[in-house]
Amino acid sequence: MIKLSKYVLYDILRSKIIIAYTLFLLVVSFSLFNLEENESKAVLSLLNIILIVLPLVSIVFGTIHYYNSYEFIELMLAQPMSRQKIILSEYAGVAFSLASAFLIGVGIPVLLFSFNATGMALLLTGFLLTLVFTSLAFLASVKARDKARGIGIALLLWFYFALIYDGLVMLILFNFSDYPLEKITLLLTALNPIDLARVFIMLKMDVSALMGVTSALYKDFFGNITGILFTTGIMLLWAIIPLWLAVRGFKRKDI
Amino acid sequence: MITIENISKRFRKLQVLDNISAQFEKGQVVSLIGPNGSGKTTLIKSILGMVRPESGKIIVDGKPVSENPNYREQIGYMPQIGRYPDNMKIGQLFEMMKNIRNMDGKQIDNELIVQFELEKMFHKPMRTLSGGTRQKVSAALAFLFDPKILILDEPTAGLDPLASEILKEKIIREKAKHKLILITSHILSDLDDLTTHVMHLQEGKLMFFKDIGTLQEETGEIKLGKAIAKIMKGEMPDGSWINNIFQLGQTEEKK
Repeated sequence: MIKLSKYVLYDILRSKIIIAYTLFLLVVSFSLFNLEENESKAVLSLLNIILIVLPLVSIVFGTIHYYNSYEFIELMLAQPMSRQKIILSEYAGVAFSLASAFLIGVGIPVLLFSFNATGMALLLTGFLLTLVFTSLAFLASVKARDKARGIGIALLLWFYFALIYDGLVMLILFNFSDYPLEKITLLLTALNPIDLARVFIMLKMDVSALMGVTSALYKDFFGNITGILFTTGIMLLWAIIPLWLAVRGFKRKDI
Repeated sequence: MITIENISKRFRKLQVLDNISAQFEKGQVVSLIGPNGSGKTTLIKSILGMVRPESGKIIVDGKPVSENPNYREQIGYMPQIGRYPDNMKIGQLFEMMKNIRNMDGKQIDNELIVQFELEKMFHKPMRTLSGGTRQKVSAALAFLFDPKILILDEPTAGLDPLASEILKEKIIREKAKHKLILITSHILSDLDDLTTHVMHLQEGKLMFFKDIGTLQEETGEIKLGKAIAKIMKGEMPDGSWINNIFQLGQTEEKK
Protein backbone atom coordinates (compact mmCIF):
# COMPACT_ATOMS: atom_id res chain seq x y z
CA MET A 1 0.00 0.00 0.00
CA ILE A 2 2.86 2.33 0.84
CA LYS A 3 4.33 1.56 -2.57
CA LEU A 4 1.12 2.63 -4.29
CA SER A 5 0.77 5.74 -2.14
CA LYS A 6 4.27 6.70 -3.15
CA TYR A 7 3.24 6.79 -6.80
CA VAL A 8 0.11 8.76 -5.90
CA LEU A 9 2.23 11.27 -4.00
CA TYR A 10 4.72 11.51 -6.81
CA ASP A 11 1.90 12.29 -9.21
CA ILE A 12 0.46 14.96 -6.87
CA LEU A 13 3.81 16.68 -6.38
CA ARG A 14 4.30 16.93 -10.12
CA SER A 15 1.08 18.89 -10.57
CA LYS A 16 2.48 21.69 -8.33
CA ILE A 17 -0.96 22.64 -7.01
CA ILE A 18 0.04 21.41 -3.56
CA ILE A 19 3.18 23.55 -3.65
CA ALA A 20 1.12 26.61 -4.59
CA TYR A 21 -1.28 25.82 -1.72
CA THR A 22 1.63 25.54 0.73
CA LEU A 23 3.07 28.86 -0.42
CA PHE A 24 -0.33 30.52 -0.19
CA LEU A 25 -0.76 29.36 3.41
CA LEU A 26 2.78 30.46 4.26
CA VAL A 27 2.27 33.94 2.82
CA VAL A 28 -1.11 34.41 4.51
CA SER A 29 0.12 33.19 7.89
CA PHE A 30 3.32 35.22 7.87
CA SER A 31 1.61 38.40 6.77
CA LEU A 32 -1.15 38.05 9.38
CA PHE A 33 1.38 37.53 12.16
CA ASN A 34 3.34 40.54 10.96
CA LEU A 35 0.35 42.82 10.44
CA GLU A 36 -1.41 42.21 13.74
CA GLU A 37 0.10 43.63 16.89
CA ASN A 38 -1.45 40.97 19.06
CA GLU A 39 -0.60 37.37 18.11
CA SER A 40 -3.90 36.08 19.48
CA LYS A 41 -5.74 38.47 17.15
CA ALA A 42 -3.59 37.15 14.32
CA VAL A 43 -4.53 33.57 15.22
CA LEU A 44 -8.19 34.59 15.18
CA SER A 45 -7.92 36.07 11.68
CA LEU A 46 -5.92 33.06 10.55
CA LEU A 47 -8.60 30.78 11.99
CA ASN A 48 -11.30 32.49 9.97
CA ILE A 49 -9.32 32.16 6.76
CA ILE A 50 -8.40 28.56 7.43
CA LEU A 51 -11.96 27.52 8.21
CA ILE A 52 -13.06 28.71 4.78
CA VAL A 53 -10.05 27.92 2.59
CA LEU A 54 -8.85 24.60 4.00
CA PRO A 55 -12.13 22.66 3.59
CA LEU A 56 -12.63 24.15 0.13
CA VAL A 57 -9.15 23.26 -1.11
CA SER A 58 -9.25 19.78 0.46
CA ILE A 59 -12.60 18.82 -0.98
CA VAL A 60 -12.07 20.28 -4.46
CA PHE A 61 -8.51 19.01 -4.78
CA GLY A 62 -9.52 15.56 -3.51
CA THR A 63 -12.34 15.28 -6.03
CA ILE A 64 -10.31 16.53 -8.99
CA HIS A 65 -7.44 14.26 -8.06
CA TYR A 66 -9.74 11.24 -7.97
CA TYR A 67 -11.02 11.89 -11.47
CA ASN A 68 -7.55 12.67 -12.79
CA SER A 69 -6.21 9.38 -11.49
CA TYR A 70 -9.00 7.35 -12.95
CA GLU A 71 -6.63 5.92 -15.55
CA PHE A 72 -4.20 4.92 -12.82
CA ILE A 73 -7.02 3.28 -10.86
CA GLU A 74 -8.14 1.41 -13.96
CA LEU A 75 -4.62 0.18 -14.59
CA MET A 76 -4.23 -1.00 -10.99
CA LEU A 77 -7.53 -2.86 -11.03
CA ALA A 78 -6.15 -5.31 -13.59
CA GLN A 79 -3.22 -6.03 -11.25
CA PRO A 80 -3.23 -8.39 -8.28
CA MET A 81 -4.41 -5.77 -5.83
CA SER A 82 -7.60 -5.41 -3.83
CA ARG A 83 -9.90 -2.49 -4.46
CA GLN A 84 -9.71 -1.45 -0.84
CA LYS A 85 -5.97 -1.16 -1.08
CA ILE A 86 -6.17 0.93 -4.24
CA ILE A 87 -8.67 3.45 -2.91
CA LEU A 88 -7.01 3.71 0.50
CA SER A 89 -3.63 4.33 -1.14
CA GLU A 90 -5.18 7.13 -3.14
CA TYR A 91 -6.69 8.55 0.03
CA ALA A 92 -3.43 8.27 1.94
CA GLY A 93 -1.54 10.05 -0.84
CA VAL A 94 -4.00 12.94 -1.08
CA ALA A 95 -4.54 13.35 2.67
CA PHE A 96 -0.82 13.17 3.38
CA SER A 97 0.06 15.83 0.81
CA LEU A 98 -2.74 18.20 1.88
CA ALA A 99 -1.91 17.73 5.56
CA SER A 100 1.79 18.33 4.92
CA ALA A 101 0.98 21.49 3.00
CA PHE A 102 -1.05 22.71 5.98
CA LEU A 103 1.50 21.71 8.60
CA ILE A 104 4.27 23.48 6.69
CA GLY A 105 2.25 26.48 5.52
CA VAL A 106 0.54 27.24 8.82
CA GLY A 107 2.56 25.11 11.21
CA ILE A 108 5.89 26.91 10.78
CA PRO A 109 4.50 30.44 11.30
CA VAL A 110 2.42 29.30 14.28
CA LEU A 111 5.41 27.63 15.92
CA LEU A 112 7.45 30.80 15.38
CA PHE A 113 4.91 33.40 16.49
CA SER A 114 2.29 31.72 18.61
CA PHE A 115 3.71 28.64 20.28
CA ASN A 116 0.95 28.06 22.88
CA ALA A 117 -2.22 26.08 23.52
CA THR A 118 -4.27 28.07 21.01
CA GLY A 119 -1.67 27.61 18.30
CA MET A 120 -1.51 23.88 18.94
CA ALA A 121 -5.30 23.64 18.91
CA LEU A 122 -5.30 25.40 15.55
CA LEU A 123 -2.80 22.93 14.09
CA LEU A 124 -4.62 19.91 15.46
CA THR A 125 -8.04 20.95 14.16
CA GLY A 126 -6.62 22.06 10.80
CA PHE A 127 -4.98 18.66 10.39
CA LEU A 128 -8.20 16.85 11.31
CA LEU A 129 -10.31 19.07 9.05
CA THR A 130 -8.04 18.15 6.14
CA LEU A 131 -8.69 14.45 6.78
CA VAL A 132 -12.43 15.06 7.08
CA PHE A 133 -12.82 17.00 3.87
CA THR A 134 -10.58 14.65 1.89
CA SER A 135 -12.86 11.81 3.02
CA LEU A 136 -15.92 13.75 1.93
CA ALA A 137 -14.23 14.42 -1.42
CA PHE A 138 -13.65 10.70 -1.96
CA LEU A 139 -17.21 9.89 -0.98
CA ALA A 140 -18.54 12.46 -3.44
CA SER A 141 -16.31 11.21 -6.29
CA VAL A 142 -17.04 7.52 -5.76
CA LYS A 143 -20.78 8.10 -5.58
CA ALA A 144 -21.07 10.52 -8.48
CA ARG A 145 -21.31 9.12 -11.98
CA ASP A 146 -19.20 11.73 -13.75
CA LYS A 147 -16.69 14.48 -13.11
CA ALA A 148 -19.12 17.40 -13.32
CA ARG A 149 -21.51 15.84 -10.82
CA GLY A 150 -18.68 14.86 -8.53
CA ILE A 151 -17.22 18.33 -8.32
CA GLY A 152 -20.73 19.78 -8.03
CA ILE A 153 -21.52 17.58 -5.05
CA ALA A 154 -18.16 18.42 -3.48
CA LEU A 155 -18.82 22.16 -3.79
CA LEU A 156 -22.33 21.74 -2.41
CA LEU A 157 -20.99 19.87 0.61
CA TRP A 158 -18.50 22.64 1.26
CA PHE A 159 -21.19 25.27 0.83
CA TYR A 160 -23.40 23.43 3.27
CA PHE A 161 -20.79 22.99 5.99
CA ALA A 162 -19.13 26.37 5.61
CA LEU A 163 -22.15 28.62 5.11
CA ILE A 164 -25.63 27.11 5.07
CA TYR A 165 -25.31 25.10 8.27
CA ASP A 166 -24.63 28.17 10.40
CA GLY A 167 -27.73 29.82 9.00
CA LEU A 168 -29.82 26.80 9.94
CA VAL A 169 -28.41 26.72 13.46
CA MET A 170 -29.16 30.43 13.89
CA LEU A 171 -32.70 29.81 12.71
CA ILE A 172 -33.20 27.04 15.26
CA LEU A 173 -31.67 29.03 18.11
CA PHE A 174 -33.74 32.07 17.23
CA ASN A 175 -37.03 30.21 17.06
CA PHE A 176 -36.52 28.21 20.21
CA SER A 177 -34.80 30.86 22.26
CA ASP A 178 -37.33 30.41 25.09
CA TYR A 179 -36.01 26.93 25.82
CA PRO A 180 -32.71 25.89 27.38
CA LEU A 181 -30.62 25.10 24.31
CA GLU A 182 -27.11 24.65 25.67
CA LYS A 183 -26.94 20.87 25.28
CA ILE A 184 -28.65 20.93 21.89
CA THR A 185 -26.28 23.58 20.63
CA LEU A 186 -23.41 21.35 21.63
CA LEU A 187 -24.93 18.51 19.63
CA LEU A 188 -25.54 20.78 16.66
CA THR A 189 -21.92 21.86 16.79
CA ALA A 190 -20.75 18.27 16.65
CA LEU A 191 -22.78 17.75 13.50
CA ASN A 192 -20.58 20.17 11.58
CA PRO A 193 -16.82 19.65 11.66
CA ILE A 194 -16.11 23.26 10.73
CA ASP A 195 -18.23 24.61 13.60
CA LEU A 196 -16.67 22.16 15.96
CA ALA A 197 -13.21 23.36 14.97
CA ARG A 198 -14.24 26.99 15.38
CA VAL A 199 -15.78 26.55 18.82
CA PHE A 200 -12.88 24.43 20.01
CA ILE A 201 -10.28 27.04 19.10
CA MET A 202 -12.32 30.08 20.11
CA LEU A 203 -12.72 28.71 23.61
CA LYS A 204 -8.97 28.47 23.92
CA MET A 205 -8.77 32.22 23.32
CA ASP A 206 -9.41 35.20 25.53
CA VAL A 207 -12.27 36.35 23.29
CA SER A 208 -14.43 33.53 24.66
CA ALA A 209 -15.14 35.71 27.68
CA LEU A 210 -17.18 37.96 25.41
CA MET A 211 -19.53 35.24 24.33
CA GLY A 212 -21.90 35.33 27.29
CA VAL A 213 -23.46 32.72 29.53
CA THR A 214 -23.42 29.82 27.09
CA SER A 215 -19.71 30.05 26.73
CA ALA A 216 -19.30 29.34 30.43
CA LEU A 217 -20.83 25.92 29.85
CA TYR A 218 -18.72 25.42 26.76
CA LYS A 219 -15.59 26.56 28.44
CA ASP A 220 -16.18 23.93 31.09
CA PHE A 221 -16.66 21.30 28.45
CA PHE A 222 -14.04 22.19 25.86
CA GLY A 223 -11.52 23.69 28.24
CA ASN A 224 -10.21 20.48 29.71
CA ILE A 225 -8.92 17.19 28.37
CA THR A 226 -12.42 15.81 27.69
CA GLY A 227 -12.88 18.66 25.22
CA ILE A 228 -9.79 17.71 23.29
CA LEU A 229 -10.78 14.05 23.26
CA PHE A 230 -14.35 14.91 22.28
CA THR A 231 -13.24 17.17 19.41
CA THR A 232 -10.62 14.73 18.13
CA GLY A 233 -13.01 11.79 18.44
CA ILE A 234 -15.89 13.48 16.61
CA MET A 235 -13.57 14.77 13.89
CA LEU A 236 -12.07 11.33 13.39
CA LEU A 237 -15.58 9.93 13.08
CA TRP A 238 -16.23 12.60 10.47
CA ALA A 239 -13.16 11.37 8.59
CA ILE A 240 -13.68 7.63 9.01
CA ILE A 241 -17.39 7.28 8.26
CA PRO A 242 -17.37 9.00 4.83
CA LEU A 243 -14.13 7.19 3.94
CA TRP A 244 -15.66 3.86 4.93
CA LEU A 245 -18.72 4.62 2.81
CA ALA A 246 -16.45 5.58 -0.09
CA VAL A 247 -14.47 2.33 0.18
CA ARG A 248 -17.70 0.34 0.31
CA GLY A 249 -19.07 2.16 -2.73
CA PHE A 250 -15.81 1.73 -4.62
CA LYS A 251 -15.74 -2.01 -3.97
CA ARG A 252 -19.15 -2.42 -5.57
CA LYS A 253 -18.52 -0.15 -8.49
CA ASP A 254 -18.20 -1.27 -12.10
CA ILE A 255 -15.19 0.30 -13.74
CA MET B 1 -8.48 -22.77 -15.71
CA ILE B 2 -11.39 -20.37 -15.95
CA THR B 3 -14.90 -21.52 -15.14
CA ILE B 4 -17.82 -19.21 -15.73
CA GLU B 5 -21.04 -20.28 -14.06
CA ASN B 6 -24.33 -18.67 -15.00
CA ILE B 7 -23.24 -15.07 -14.82
CA SER B 8 -25.68 -12.28 -15.55
CA LYS B 9 -25.14 -8.55 -15.61
CA ARG B 10 -27.44 -5.68 -16.44
CA PHE B 11 -26.63 -2.01 -16.79
CA ARG B 12 -29.92 -0.42 -15.85
CA LYS B 13 -32.41 -1.67 -18.45
CA LEU B 14 -29.87 -3.30 -20.71
CA GLN B 15 -29.14 -6.97 -20.13
CA VAL B 16 -25.45 -7.13 -21.07
CA LEU B 17 -24.75 -10.70 -20.00
CA ASP B 18 -27.55 -13.20 -19.81
CA ASN B 19 -26.84 -16.39 -17.89
CA ILE B 20 -23.52 -17.26 -19.50
CA SER B 21 -21.57 -20.38 -18.64
CA ALA B 22 -18.31 -21.61 -20.13
CA GLN B 23 -15.16 -23.45 -19.30
CA PHE B 24 -11.73 -22.46 -20.62
CA GLU B 25 -8.71 -24.71 -20.32
CA LYS B 26 -5.02 -24.07 -20.82
CA GLY B 27 -3.68 -24.45 -24.31
CA GLN B 28 -6.87 -22.99 -25.75
CA VAL B 29 -7.05 -19.86 -27.82
CA VAL B 30 -10.62 -18.71 -27.48
CA SER B 31 -11.97 -16.17 -29.93
CA LEU B 32 -14.79 -14.14 -28.46
CA ILE B 33 -16.87 -12.84 -31.31
CA GLY B 34 -20.11 -10.97 -31.66
CA PRO B 35 -21.40 -7.58 -32.78
CA ASN B 36 -20.67 -4.36 -30.91
CA GLY B 37 -22.45 -4.27 -27.58
CA SER B 38 -22.88 -8.03 -27.39
CA GLY B 39 -21.14 -8.19 -24.02
CA LYS B 40 -17.63 -9.32 -24.99
CA THR B 41 -15.81 -6.63 -23.05
CA THR B 42 -18.19 -6.94 -20.09
CA LEU B 43 -17.44 -10.66 -19.94
CA ILE B 44 -13.71 -9.96 -19.99
CA LYS B 45 -14.03 -7.28 -17.35
CA SER B 46 -16.04 -9.67 -15.19
CA ILE B 47 -13.21 -12.19 -15.35
CA LEU B 48 -10.82 -9.43 -14.30
CA GLY B 49 -13.11 -8.37 -11.46
CA MET B 50 -13.61 -4.87 -12.85
CA VAL B 51 -17.30 -5.48 -13.41
CA ARG B 52 -19.29 -7.22 -10.71
CA PRO B 53 -21.93 -9.58 -12.12
CA GLU B 54 -25.30 -9.66 -10.36
CA SER B 55 -25.44 -13.42 -10.22
CA GLY B 56 -23.24 -16.38 -11.02
CA LYS B 57 -19.65 -17.22 -10.26
CA ILE B 58 -16.33 -16.94 -12.01
CA ILE B 59 -13.61 -19.30 -10.87
CA VAL B 60 -9.99 -18.91 -11.91
CA ASP B 61 -7.62 -21.70 -10.92
CA GLY B 62 -10.13 -23.09 -8.46
CA LYS B 63 -10.78 -19.84 -6.63
CA PRO B 64 -13.74 -17.48 -7.03
CA VAL B 65 -12.56 -14.12 -8.38
CA SER B 66 -14.55 -12.11 -5.86
CA GLU B 67 -12.53 -13.43 -2.92
CA ASN B 68 -8.86 -12.71 -3.45
CA PRO B 69 -7.30 -10.43 -6.05
CA ASN B 70 -4.11 -12.47 -6.22
CA TYR B 71 -5.40 -14.56 -9.12
CA ARG B 72 -4.70 -11.54 -11.31
CA GLU B 73 -0.98 -12.33 -11.03
CA GLN B 74 -1.68 -15.04 -13.60
CA ILE B 75 -3.42 -12.70 -16.02
CA GLY B 76 -2.02 -10.37 -18.63
CA TYR B 77 -4.69 -7.97 -19.81
CA MET B 78 -4.60 -5.79 -22.89
CA PRO B 79 -7.57 -3.40 -22.79
CA GLN B 80 -9.50 -2.21 -25.81
CA ILE B 81 -8.57 1.39 -25.10
CA GLY B 82 -5.44 1.59 -23.00
CA ARG B 83 -5.65 4.54 -20.64
CA TYR B 84 -2.59 5.48 -18.63
CA PRO B 85 -1.58 8.26 -16.25
CA ASP B 86 -0.95 11.25 -18.51
CA ASN B 87 2.09 12.61 -16.75
CA MET B 88 3.96 9.36 -16.68
CA LYS B 89 6.63 8.53 -19.23
CA ILE B 90 6.64 5.14 -20.95
CA GLY B 91 9.80 4.08 -19.13
CA GLN B 92 8.36 5.11 -15.77
CA LEU B 93 5.17 3.21 -16.51
CA PHE B 94 7.08 -0.03 -17.11
CA GLU B 95 9.21 0.57 -14.02
CA MET B 96 6.12 1.19 -11.94
CA MET B 97 4.38 -1.96 -13.14
CA LYS B 98 7.44 -4.06 -12.36
CA ASN B 99 7.72 -2.47 -8.95
CA ILE B 100 4.04 -2.95 -8.14
CA ARG B 101 4.10 -6.58 -9.22
CA ASN B 102 7.24 -7.13 -7.12
CA MET B 103 9.14 -8.13 -10.21
CA ASP B 104 12.22 -6.00 -9.65
CA GLY B 105 15.17 -8.00 -10.90
CA LYS B 106 13.05 -11.03 -11.78
CA GLN B 107 12.83 -12.53 -15.22
CA ILE B 108 10.46 -10.59 -17.41
CA ASP B 109 9.41 -10.95 -21.01
CA ASN B 110 10.40 -7.80 -22.82
CA GLU B 111 10.34 -9.28 -26.30
CA LEU B 112 7.54 -6.98 -27.42
CA ILE B 113 9.25 -3.90 -25.97
CA VAL B 114 12.25 -4.73 -28.12
CA GLN B 115 10.31 -5.64 -31.26
CA PHE B 116 8.03 -2.59 -31.07
CA GLU B 117 11.13 -0.45 -30.45
CA LEU B 118 9.50 1.10 -27.41
CA GLU B 119 12.83 1.65 -25.67
CA LYS B 120 13.54 4.57 -27.99
CA MET B 121 10.38 6.22 -26.70
CA PHE B 122 10.92 5.58 -22.98
CA HIS B 123 11.30 9.31 -22.31
CA LYS B 124 7.98 10.26 -23.95
CA PRO B 125 5.03 11.12 -21.69
CA MET B 126 1.97 8.95 -22.17
CA ARG B 127 -0.26 11.88 -23.13
CA THR B 128 1.75 12.57 -26.28
CA LEU B 129 1.40 9.06 -27.67
CA SER B 130 -0.69 8.12 -30.68
CA GLY B 131 -3.42 5.51 -30.40
CA GLY B 132 -1.26 2.89 -32.08
CA THR B 133 1.72 3.45 -29.79
CA ARG B 134 -0.59 3.20 -26.80
CA GLN B 135 -1.78 -0.16 -28.13
CA LYS B 136 1.84 -1.26 -28.39
CA VAL B 137 2.45 -0.24 -24.80
CA SER B 138 -0.69 -2.11 -23.72
CA ALA B 139 0.42 -5.22 -25.58
CA ALA B 140 3.94 -5.09 -24.15
CA LEU B 141 2.50 -4.71 -20.63
CA ALA B 142 0.13 -7.64 -21.08
CA PHE B 143 2.98 -9.99 -22.00
CA LEU B 144 5.55 -8.47 -19.63
CA PHE B 145 5.10 -10.80 -16.67
CA ASP B 146 4.83 -14.02 -18.67
CA PRO B 147 1.29 -14.73 -17.37
CA LYS B 148 -0.47 -18.09 -17.72
CA ILE B 149 -3.64 -16.43 -18.99
CA LEU B 150 -3.69 -13.71 -21.62
CA ILE B 151 -6.78 -11.61 -22.19
CA LEU B 152 -6.58 -9.47 -25.30
CA ASP B 153 -9.43 -7.11 -26.12
CA GLU B 154 -9.24 -6.10 -29.78
CA PRO B 155 -5.46 -6.46 -29.83
CA THR B 156 -4.85 -5.54 -33.45
CA ALA B 157 -7.22 -2.56 -33.67
CA GLY B 158 -5.18 0.54 -34.37
CA LEU B 159 -1.90 -1.26 -34.99
CA ASP B 160 -0.07 -0.88 -38.27
CA PRO B 161 0.32 -4.08 -40.38
CA LEU B 162 3.90 -4.62 -39.25
CA ALA B 163 3.11 -4.28 -35.54
CA SER B 164 -0.02 -6.34 -35.94
CA GLU B 165 2.05 -9.14 -37.51
CA ILE B 166 4.61 -8.96 -34.68
CA LEU B 167 1.81 -9.25 -32.15
CA LYS B 168 0.21 -12.18 -33.96
CA GLU B 169 3.49 -14.06 -34.06
CA LYS B 170 3.96 -13.37 -30.37
CA ILE B 171 0.51 -14.76 -29.64
CA ILE B 172 1.34 -17.91 -31.63
CA ARG B 173 4.56 -18.36 -29.64
CA GLU B 174 2.65 -18.00 -26.36
CA LYS B 175 0.04 -20.46 -27.59
CA ALA B 176 2.82 -23.00 -28.09
CA LYS B 177 3.71 -22.57 -24.40
CA HIS B 178 0.31 -23.96 -23.50
CA LYS B 179 -1.23 -20.79 -22.20
CA LEU B 180 -4.87 -19.87 -22.16
CA ILE B 181 -5.50 -16.97 -24.50
CA LEU B 182 -8.78 -15.08 -24.82
CA ILE B 183 -9.10 -12.76 -27.80
CA THR B 184 -11.90 -10.56 -29.01
CA SER B 185 -11.71 -9.21 -32.49
CA HIS B 186 -13.88 -8.18 -35.38
CA ILE B 187 -11.19 -8.99 -37.90
CA LEU B 188 -11.81 -12.70 -38.28
CA SER B 189 -8.97 -13.19 -40.72
CA ASP B 190 -6.62 -12.16 -37.90
CA LEU B 191 -7.93 -14.98 -35.75
CA ASP B 192 -7.68 -17.65 -38.42
CA ASP B 193 -4.27 -19.11 -37.64
CA LEU B 194 -4.66 -18.70 -33.87
CA THR B 195 -8.03 -19.89 -32.77
CA THR B 196 -8.77 -23.26 -31.26
CA HIS B 197 -12.23 -22.37 -29.93
CA VAL B 198 -14.90 -19.88 -30.90
CA MET B 199 -17.31 -18.31 -28.46
CA HIS B 200 -20.11 -16.35 -30.04
CA LEU B 201 -22.12 -13.82 -28.07
CA GLN B 202 -25.14 -11.90 -29.21
CA GLU B 203 -27.09 -9.43 -27.09
CA GLY B 204 -25.55 -10.90 -23.98
CA LYS B 205 -26.50 -14.46 -24.81
CA LEU B 206 -24.09 -17.26 -25.57
CA MET B 207 -24.96 -18.46 -29.08
CA PHE B 208 -22.35 -21.20 -29.20
CA PHE B 209 -18.98 -22.25 -27.85
CA LYS B 210 -17.29 -24.77 -30.12
CA ASP B 211 -13.84 -25.85 -31.07
CA ILE B 212 -12.66 -24.97 -34.52
CA GLY B 213 -12.63 -28.57 -35.79
CA THR B 214 -16.31 -29.04 -35.07
CA LEU B 215 -17.06 -25.71 -36.67
CA GLN B 216 -15.20 -26.63 -39.85
CA GLU B 217 -16.87 -30.00 -39.96
CA GLU B 218 -20.34 -28.60 -39.50
CA THR B 219 -19.97 -25.93 -42.12
CA GLY B 220 -17.54 -27.55 -44.52
CA GLU B 221 -15.51 -24.35 -44.57
CA ILE B 222 -11.88 -24.02 -43.56
CA LYS B 223 -11.70 -20.26 -43.13
CA LEU B 224 -13.11 -19.02 -39.85
CA GLY B 225 -14.86 -16.07 -41.47
CA LYS B 226 -16.71 -18.24 -43.96
CA ALA B 227 -17.60 -20.86 -41.39
CA ILE B 228 -19.10 -18.29 -39.08
CA ALA B 229 -20.88 -16.50 -41.87
CA LYS B 230 -22.49 -19.78 -42.86
CA ILE B 231 -23.67 -20.49 -39.34
CA MET B 232 -25.01 -16.99 -38.94
CA LYS B 233 -26.92 -17.17 -42.19
CA GLY B 234 -28.45 -20.47 -41.20
CA GLU B 235 -29.22 -19.49 -37.67
CA MET B 236 -30.46 -16.00 -37.89
CA PRO B 237 -31.35 -13.57 -40.63
CA ASP B 238 -30.02 -10.50 -38.79
CA GLY B 239 -26.46 -11.77 -38.73
CA SER B 240 -25.64 -9.57 -41.68
CA TRP B 241 -22.88 -7.71 -39.83
CA ILE B 242 -20.61 -10.66 -40.23
CA ASN B 243 -20.98 -10.60 -44.01
CA ASN B 244 -19.54 -7.13 -44.16
CA ILE B 245 -16.51 -8.15 -42.20
CA PHE B 246 -16.18 -11.31 -44.17
CA GLN B 247 -16.24 -9.36 -47.43
CA LEU B 248 -13.76 -6.84 -46.08
CA GLY B 249 -11.50 -9.72 -45.12
CA GLN B 250 -11.73 -11.10 -48.62
CA THR B 251 -10.85 -7.86 -50.34
CA GLU B 252 -7.88 -7.51 -48.04
CA GLU B 253 -6.71 -10.97 -48.99
CA LYS B 254 -6.98 -10.19 -52.71
CA LYS B 255 -4.76 -7.17 -52.30
